[in-house]
Amino acid sequence: MYGWIFRSLPGPRWLRIILSLLLALGCVAVLMLFVFPWVSQFNPLTDSTIGSP
Amino acid sequence: MARSVVDAGPRLPEGGERPGRRRRTPFQLVAQVLGELLITAGVILLLFVGWELWWTNIDSGIRQEQALEEFFSEAPSIVEVPAPPAQGESPTTPEDFGAPAVLPQVDLTGTFAAVYIPRFGEDYSRPVTSGVGSDVLDNLGLGHYPRTGAPGAVGNFALAGHRQTHGQVLDQIHTLVPGDRIYVQTREGYYTYVFRNTEIVLPERADVLAPVPTDPGAEPVDRILTLTSCNPRFGAQERIIAYSALESWRPSDAGPPSEIAEQVARAAGQG
Repeated sequence: MYGWIFRSLPGPRWLRIILSLLLALGCVAVLMLFVFPWVSQFNPLTDSTIGSP
Repeated sequence: MARSVVDAGPRLPEGGERPGRRRRTPFQLVAQVLGELLITAGVILLLFVGWELWWTNIDSGIRQEQALEEFFSEAPSIVEVPAPPAQGESPTTPEDFGAPAVLPQVDLTGTFAAVYIPRFGEDYSRPVTSGVGSDVLDNLGLGHYPRTGAPGAVGNFALAGHRQTHGQVLDQIHTLVPGDRIYVQTREGYYTYVFRNTEIVLPERADVLAPVPTDPGAEPVDRILTLTSCNPRFGAQERIIAYSALESWRPSDAGPPSEIAEQVARAAGQG
């Protein structure tokens, strides 16, 4: 899968390495900014209130 | 004719494929993609742990600083304490300013107080914001349980905060020692609470928030500060509760108690 992505990227080898690093960074950013904050609300381990306010 | 077949023979399997690549059976292909997906899932889970334990603290720290700035921009300017506690006299005797001025319940909105707990660190200053939803606790540190008392009031001034992640404002709650001071600043003044004891209860025990903690029917006499957080650390099966009682207060124009004067100045960006 990753091999296929790498081969589908345009340009010479050095450009493809840079592009794939950018792709990976973009995925991490989307996860940290949008996905993880959303998932976090379902994490029962961070519940510190008492009763049902 | 026979020659052309022989010539074409070795070339056919390579058609369209790069040299050096093996042709994989469908099973190998599926196994490889599945393996790559599983490794990806593992990396994403590790990233989530890193985000939760590390990044949320940085994020919350920035937002808490902004909330403190906002609080200090609306609070009366910090008065310098005119004289340090006089030598010879007992510095432990608090000056008496009468009954504490208390914020009216309608003013308990937004970020209305700052808390200083020297036991948690020299520069421990955290904003207190109304509400205990995740919007407050995940971003702004300490949250005030709605419908519990105001700082300094007779009854129970109850706060919640994360033990881990999202700023982990009450991470060190178990290190409090009876007699430790907890200082609360509002625009009215400074309230000094003395820590009494902690208690570990189940998450349903909302009666710890009662005006007289754990005795919902009783008429309140004392001025209590209650901190709640999760217990054990990195878990949420129980809640740890820390009770403190009001010792003294100083109006804003008398300046902060000398023990926290530096912290207040630093938090207000004047030190």
